[in-house]
Amino acid sequence: MIELHDVSIAYGGRDVVRGVSLSVAAGEAFGLVGESGSGKSTILRAIAGLAPPRAGHIRLAGQEMPRRRTRAQRMLAQMVFQDPYGSLHPAQLVDQSLQDPVAIQRLDDGEGRIARALAEVGLGPAQRFRFPHQLSGGQRQRVAIARALILAPPVLLLDEPTSALDVSVQAAILNLLDRLRRERGLTLLLVSHDLAVVAHLCARIAVMTEGEIVETTTAAHLAAGEVTHPYTRALLEANRF
Amino acid sequence: MKPVGWQAWLLTETPGGRAQARAGRWYRNLRRFARNPLAMSGLFVVLALIAVALAAPLLAPARAVVLQALPDRLLPPSLAHPFGTDELGRDLYARVVFGARITLSIVAMVALIVLPIGLGIGLPAGYFGGWIDLVLMRLTDIFLAFPRLILALAFAAALGPGIRNAVIAIALTAWPPYARLARAETLSLRAREFVLAAELQGASAWRILRTQILPLCLPSVIIRLTLDMAGIILTAAGLGFLGLGAQPPSPEWGAMVASGRDVLLDQWWVATIPGLAIFVVSLGFNLLGDGLREIFDPRAA
Amino acid sequence: MSEILLEVADLRVTYPGEGGDFAALRGIGFALGRERLGIVGESGSGKSTAGRAIMGLLPPSARVGAEVLRLGETDLRGLDEAGFRRLRGRRIGMVLQDPKYALNPLLRVGEQIAETHRTHLRQGRRAARQAALAMLESVHIRDPARVYRAFPHELSGGMGQRVMIAMMLIAGPEVLIADEPTSALDASVQRQVLAILDEQVRARGMGLLLISHNLHLVRAFCDRVLVMYAGRVVESCRASELAAARHPYTRGLLAALPDLAHRRARLPVLARDPDWLEPVR
Ligand SMILES: Nc1ncnc2c1ncn2[C@@H]1O[C@H](COP(=O)(O)OP(=O)(O)OP(=O)(O)O)[C@@H](O)[C@H]1O
Ligand SMILES: Nc1ncnc2c1ncn2[C@@H]1O[C@H](COP(=O)(O)OP(=O)(O)OP(=O)(O)O)[C@@H](O)[C@H]1O
Ligand SMILES: [Mg+2]
Ligand SMILES: [Mg+2]
Repeated sequence: MIELHDVSIAYGGRDVVRGVSLSVAAGEAFGLVGESGSGKSTILRAIAGLAPPRAGHIRLAGQEMPRRRTRAQRMLAQMVFQDPYGSLHPAQLVDQSLQDPVAIQRLDDGEGRIARALAEVGLGPAQRFRFPHQLSGGQRQRVAIARALILAPPVLLLDEPTSALDVSVQAAILNLLDRLRRERGLTLLLVSHDLAVVAHLCARIAVMTEGEIVETTTAAHLAAGEVTHPYTRALLEANRF
Repeated sequence: MKPVGWQAWLLTETPGGRAQARAGRWYRNLRRFARNPLAMSGLFVVLALIAVALAAPLLAPARAVVLQALPDRLLPPSLAHPFGTDELGRDLYARVVFGARITLSIVAMVALIVLPIGLGIGLPAGYFGGWIDLVLMRLTDIFLAFPRLILALAFAAALGPGIRNAVIAIALTAWPPYARLARAETLSLRAREFVLAAELQGASAWRILRTQILPLCLPSVIIRLTLDMAGIILTAAGLGFLGLGAQPPSPEWGAMVASGRDVLLDQWWVATIPGLAIFVVSLGFNLLGDGLREIFDPRAA
Repeated sequence: MSEILLEVADLRVTYPGEGGDFAALRGIGFALGRERLGIVGESGSGKSTAGRAIMGLLPPSARVGAEVLRLGETDLRGLDEAGFRRLRGRRIGMVLQDPKYALNPLLRVGEQIAETHRTHLRQGRRAARQAALAMLESVHIRDPARVYRAFPHELSGGMGQRVMIAMMLIAGPEVLIADEPTSALDASVQRQVLAILDEQVRARGMGLLLISHNLHLVRAFCDRVLVMYAGRVVESCRASELAAARHPYTRGLLAALPDLAHRRARLPVLARDPDWLEPVR
């Protein structure tokens, strides 16, 4: 479903991602962990078509993605951005942010969809008619997740989707994502710093430092501590409190 | 104090539907605006301008505007002439009242021309970038490069003198800063995550400009416009002074100030009273602009 | 932790909804000494609101009331904006939850850190620049010289958080409120950043109020923990005893943690219970 072949991405002449290749099958959940500033968010942006690669190829659903995507190509992947504040329109009510995708796609039963999407992420009518600045950090993050889910995309790119959530809400979101993957065949690419969260959702996990994937492993190997690269080992060590 | 009835319906935290939420938001904004005394006085002045302009024939006899009575020239304010008379013996009160119509039409026409052109050029330039930006901004630069009065002179000469052509000339030379403002705002919004999210949802460029970017640009553009209004009214007066704006008998406030300039020391009211009218109206627009700025920024809640 | 740096009793914050006001904090209290005090709790339970109330950063429409709200000898109740501005930075700092939006988008981040140094320590440009670079390096930013010249939108999520921490620490505040300061950092950098905060507590006797959702982190790093639920503190215990917490909400949180070593098909989720509003003793 997602294939990256030797992708490099540059900002201002500096490569922040170098020669990354990975492939994720349809209905698979793939995890991306690694150092802060190593280019994880940049890779997600590139897959979504928001940061065109300097070199390499990106394929989604079997199609080669051109530099300028068509409307249908843009809609293949929805993304939950790392920054929950910046990803909501500051002058739009939560309701409007969820109403927009429904209107764009001319989906039926918009009212029911919005109410369900909010309920699925644990928000209610009290939050529906608020502005983003009237919500807590975790509530904003959940609105962003609801907005990405409302279109039922084939691919979901999640950048630290649960970092601002308490563990109970986090558990609810992880259960929801896992259910959607199993029932609808949703393909997930998850970035998180919490190895336990990544290992819970994803079978395969790639580890990044300084713009490169240094190791691709499985949740089982990670849990057993059977990793090869020193950075992965250090990460695993630091995750044990 | 707990609101009851329709107020409770408007102000509830859990509105039953979109319409109720929207009505509630409007109501809240109005209340916020109403609590700001300066903004309210601005609104009052602008509404008063509109009311006076509409009701002018009821407030003063239309004949008095052009009725010359040389024996009555330069009379100080009195019961018969509340604002006095000018150098041709015309009643200043009637002229100021009917002048409101001219000022209002200047304001309305400038806004109607400047806003669509400024936004129509600035938003696409900022959003699309590339050659579209290049072409649109070159065009803006060309208009910006001409001194306003000279360009207005050329327009007025081509279209013929008169207040309407003067206004068109002013508006056509006034839009470039708005295009630049809109472009700058769009540039800073274009890469924000909520715009990217809308792109991923399949929104067309037109829709993104309309629903995501325009609502955030519009406040600063409108505020700038209300704050600029004073300058625009004065430029119109300047054109009138050069004989390219309002033509002689018409009671345009700026032209009235110009004609009273020679007698400012001895017959102060001739220039001061229309000048005061300009001052009050411009101040009103300024205060209104500030009040609007507060409403438009939901964070100031 | 003998001396009390920050004392709060019966702090209440209400956001006006005019129709139905929303009570975000319903009377919380704690005392912070020269220690690391953790706050965990439900999303939306008022943790950030508490931090902002102490800093005087709530929107003007919010209503704040407290029995005690004291920073050292200074009473914070009814302090005006100018008064708060004198305290912020030098005496009390806060790392906000959305750090990138707390920075000025038009200025280079290094200059913003240096500016803070200059306003509070008044030592000239060169010294401020050096201090800012050193501070960026000490929060383990790779290539501090590049990040010094970067604008906020050019930072990754974790860099933004570290820049904010650097900016708050550079003035050496007595009390630091850190609202999820490390949520975007990988575990190894997280440890290093926590070590710096720890050093400030140990060496300078700073008081640290750490808001976090990461129960492992709070348990390992803090001295004491407050658990918040629906605008109240429902439990308070020694961090080392968090695993033995008694309140049903806290117990539910602990149960909902995913575990690297034992993967479960479904994680247990809490259903809210009105009885939980009662704190345990
Ligand atoms: N718009 C930009 N302009 C210039 N450099 C950028 C820009 N966006 C990101 N970078 C740089 O690219 C690198 C990778 O950033 P990215 O956001 O992908 O990191 P990340 O792995 O997601 O880190 P984190 O875990 O901290 O979020 C960083 O060094 C960052 O400074
Ligand atoms: N300006 C505001 N107007 C109205 N309600 C608000 C406002 N700011 C916050 N709230 C509400 O107050 C409650 C507490 O918010 P706060 O940001 O303190 O939560 P939090 O504990 O920090 O949560 P999180 O862990 O998700 O960041 C939330 O329910 C939020 O919706
Ligand atoms: Mg990132
Ligand atoms: Mg918070």
